[in-house]
Amino acid sequence: MSKVIESLEQRQLRPDLPTFKAGDTVRVHFRVIEGQRQRIQVFEGIVIKRQGPGARETFTVRKQSFGVGVERTFPLHSPKIDKIEVQAIGDVNRAKLYYLRGKVGKKARVREKR
Amino acid sequence: MKGIIGRKLGMTQLFDEESGVVTPVTVIEAGPCPVVLVRTLEADGYEAAQLAYEPVAERKLSKGELGHLKKGRTGPHRHLVELRGVRELAVGDSVTVEVFEPGDRVKVSGISIGKGFAGTIKRHRFHRGPVSHGSHNVRKPGSIGASATPSRVFKGMKMAGRLGGKRVTQLGLRVHSIEPERNLLLVRGAVPGPKNAMVEIREDTNRGRA
Repeated sequence: MSKVIESLEQRQLRPDLPTFKAGDTVRVHFRVIEGQRQRIQVFEGIVIKRQGPGARETFTVRKQSFGVGVERTFPLHSPKIDKIEVQAIGDVNRAKLYYLRGKVGKKARVREKR
Repeated sequence: MKGIIGRKLGMTQLFDEESGVVTPVTVIEAGPCPVVLVRTLEADGYEAAQLAYEPVAERKLSKGELGHLKKGRTGPHRHLVELRGVRELAVGDSVTVEVFEPGDRVKVSGISIGKGFAGTIKRHRFHRGPVSHGSHNVRKPGSIGASATPSRVFKGMKMAGRLGGKRVTQLGLRVHSIEPERNLLLVRGAVPGPKNAMVEIREDTNRGRA
């Protein structure tokens, strides 16, 4: 990549983010703008992937909501993310946990690292 | 009319600090472009300004090119482009990215990425045939005309051939921001051509378009 573009992206990076990887359980505090009001929505679940380089990096969080699997992808460096809390560190053997999509109930869990 | 010559560096995306909206932008390194020649109605029959871009070693240019640039009171440059309809520039002026402001409507011209010899599906958006039940007509062009009448293929029939590598102008783009310290022009959206290719950025005066 061009040095210039790299420097443009460098400026966008957020220094305040915790380190986390696929398999970790995170709470994403996301700013939602509704007309004039602004509130913070929390999305908690397992990170199933991190993807992309530099400022374009995104991560996908999966959770079970009323028995339905819900996935949400966030741009990692988005100013809309208020904060990310790492709740648990997972013990997994791959970088992309797509296999969780086919599992339900107890099998859809990730072992915790200790 | 405003315009400048530059080099497409590539694309990235930028966040808006307040709304968090992501904007895709093309980063173009443009100018400074010295004005080499001014075409006038009296002398040339049309009005234009000729801009030079990218300083280069003297040995890389022919004597004719060097003489032309010397007349324009500039050093050796690799590229020359004329901007039609420019009246406000004089020989010796220099055009920088500061002629544009964020929000300006621009059109960007460049040589599109060459795709080589391409079939009709890629080149003319034909549909493909069935892939199963013994069909061999998967990516073939199909019929190109009738039989004894007219017993020839009409001119301009869409067929396979060279695709890309032609001059393309993308209209209706907007300047996202400029960075005069580094001669950078950030344009919202994509512009024609591969990375490191020359692009010409002109003011888009067609107000009727969306």
